[in-house]
Amino acid sequence: MRILRFLLIKEFKQIFRNRAILAIILVMPVIQLIILPLAANYEVKNINLAVIDNDHSDYSRDLITKVTSSGYFRLTGYSQSYRKALHLVEEDKADIILEIPKNFEKELLTENQQQLFITINAVNGTKAGLGGGYISSIIQEYNNQIRVKNIVPDKFNPMPVIEITSSNWYNPNLNYQLYMVPGVLAMLVTLVGGFLSALNIVKEKEGGTIEQINVSPIKKYHFILGKLIPFWILGNVVFGLGLIVSWIFYGIVPLGSILLLYGFVVLYLLAILGFGLLVSTFCETQQQAMLIMFFFIMIFVLMGGLFTSIDSMPEWAKTVSKFNPVSYFIDVMRMVIIKGSTFQDIKRHLLIIICFAIVLNFTAVLNYRKTS
Amino acid sequence: MECVIVKNITKVYGKEKKTAVDNVSFSVNKGELFGLIGPDGAGKTSIFRILTTVLLPDGGEASIDGLDVVKNFKEIRSTIGYMPGKFSLYQDLTIEENLNFFATLFGTTIQENYDLIKDIYIQIEPFKDRRAGKLSGGMKQKLALCCALIHKPNVLFLDEPTTGVDPVSRKEFWEMLKRLKKQNITIIVSTPYMDEANLCDRIALIQDGKILQMDTPQNIIKSYPDPLFAVKANNMHKLLPFLTEYPERKGSYAFGEYAHFSFNGNPDVAALEKYLKAKGLDNIEIKNADVTIEDSFIKLLS
Repeated sequence: MRILRFLLIKEFKQIFRNRAILAIILVMPVIQLIILPLAANYEVKNINLAVIDNDHSDYSRDLITKVTSSGYFRLTGYSQSYRKALHLVEEDKADIILEIPKNFEKELLTENQQQLFITINAVNGTKAGLGGGYISSIIQEYNNQIRVKNIVPDKFNPMPVIEITSSNWYNPNLNYQLYMVPGVLAMLVTLVGGFLSALNIVKEKEGGTIEQINVSPIKKYHFILGKLIPFWILGNVVFGLGLIVSWIFYGIVPLGSILLLYGFVVLYLLAILGFGLLVSTFCETQQQAMLIMFFFIMIFVLMGGLFTSIDSMPEWAKTVSKFNPVSYFIDVMRMVIIKGSTFQDIKRHLLIIICFAIVLNFTAVLNYRKTS
Repeated sequence: MECVIVKNITKVYGKEKKTAVDNVSFSVNKGELFGLIGPDGAGKTSIFRILTTVLLPDGGEASIDGLDVVKNFKEIRSTIGYMPGKFSLYQDLTIEENLNFFATLFGTTIQENYDLIKDIYIQIEPFKDRRAGKLSGGMKQKLALCCALIHKPNVLFLDEPTTGVDPVSRKEFWEMLKRLKKQNITIIVSTPYMDEANLCDRIALIQDGKILQMDTPQNIIKSYPDPLFAVKANNMHKLLPFLTEYPERKGSYAFGEYAHFSFNGNPDVAALEKYLKAKGLDNIEIKNADVTIEDSFIKLLS
């Protein structure tokens, strides 16, 4: 016990003396939590719109005003011909072209029918899809308005109409930050726990100090625990720090129990520390450890459902993400913080993370023995 | 009394089956200062790592104080001190913290064995709050020695302790080793410097994983078979090839500002001088040379 305590004191001394590491542990989570959720926004705004108005009527002006005042579009071109408008798209000055045909108003009133033409630059698929969707729904709404204005309502509707009303649960204002912040925090805790522990152990190899430790009568498990416990503590600190930041900057207060969240993080950190230890047994230099960790963290984060939903991934990717501890953590974070899930709801996640912790640590210790 | 016994130790590395240590046997007596002398890559560090239980031998056996390095590695670890060739203490901890750390690892304290390291520690004590990474080479080496000694080991392994250290510090270091020897600590040291060999009680000359010769430095020098001459001329650059071409030559090589030369058969200095003159060299000086360990080593290699 005395030796373990001494190892921990030494480890913390070294961590607190290394200003760069300290900054990464304390400042990085704060800054990233403040910046990332604001930048990572799926809502597409400021779509550049070019309009070809061949009608110049009240109706066409009305339509254009409606589109531009929606907040999603920015009128950047008002062209005379389709060729000129397409030129704007080629120059990347416009994303969508809306062409209003001649006699738009007249034929709409006399023949009850008219056509509009939309051209979308689909280089950026998301932007094209969302932009097309937005403009269609705006035109739809505009269409309904005209009908209300011009058609004398019958006693009965000529055609049965299903009206859809939806209400958004758990995140009524569709606040993106509420969705992103828990995910980003999960990523940060993973970084601190996994990355730093792997680097720290490899640093002992690189500096040759592990040689001195190896010729001493110190027990292997003392050494491993001396390495894992500090980062386990730091991971928990970072998590707490992250919760405070998301409360101060985004006003996000976990709906569920904070104790439950911490209970999960405590176990999750064991798993991710085991992963860091496993990586460190394969590496001789910090550079190698850094690159390998970078590779895994990229996959963990991109396939963990932080930015893109796992449900919409292809089957093989869904299978891969089952072996991704980060995906369970992100899921639990969102469940407990946004939905207020209880122990019963995340029981399965907890069980899986415990399995991860056991398997990863077991393999790491096994491999550590083999290589020394 | 034999303290360290090495019997037919072999170590083979990697897929290419490179033999680093080839059937090496030697023994070191209690309180002896034993030197492994050889160039880089001779297998010195591998032998050290096997004896300090961090590397498993592929064949043979070794024991320290009767404890087997493979079976009893745990017991051995608390009775030996090891100072690796590369400085490997915590650069971000201070002198005192490093010393304290290693004392704790071995379950002891600085106070307990202070008299053993006192002579050395007193020299670096004024800087005890300085981080190890900011120390000069000589001070780092003193600290490393303190850390290796702090648990009062029976056997001290020093792997190239003076490589990359200035001549004054090197001399100081060997003085320290002599003092430690008086405390009845067995010391095994490796070095690529031939001049340090004379300071050992016994040395083993080692090359390509094999021990070429093992004896006291005096005996090794005595056993040199031929009279040795030092040759000097105005153009040393041309002198060496001329010496190589000399028909009665047994061996010749550059040695400091001279070239060392030995004859095949009876040494005929006058004939050699005549030969060199005929080749167009001036200011020729030929004199008897004292044999050194380096000469013995070169002899063994040829």
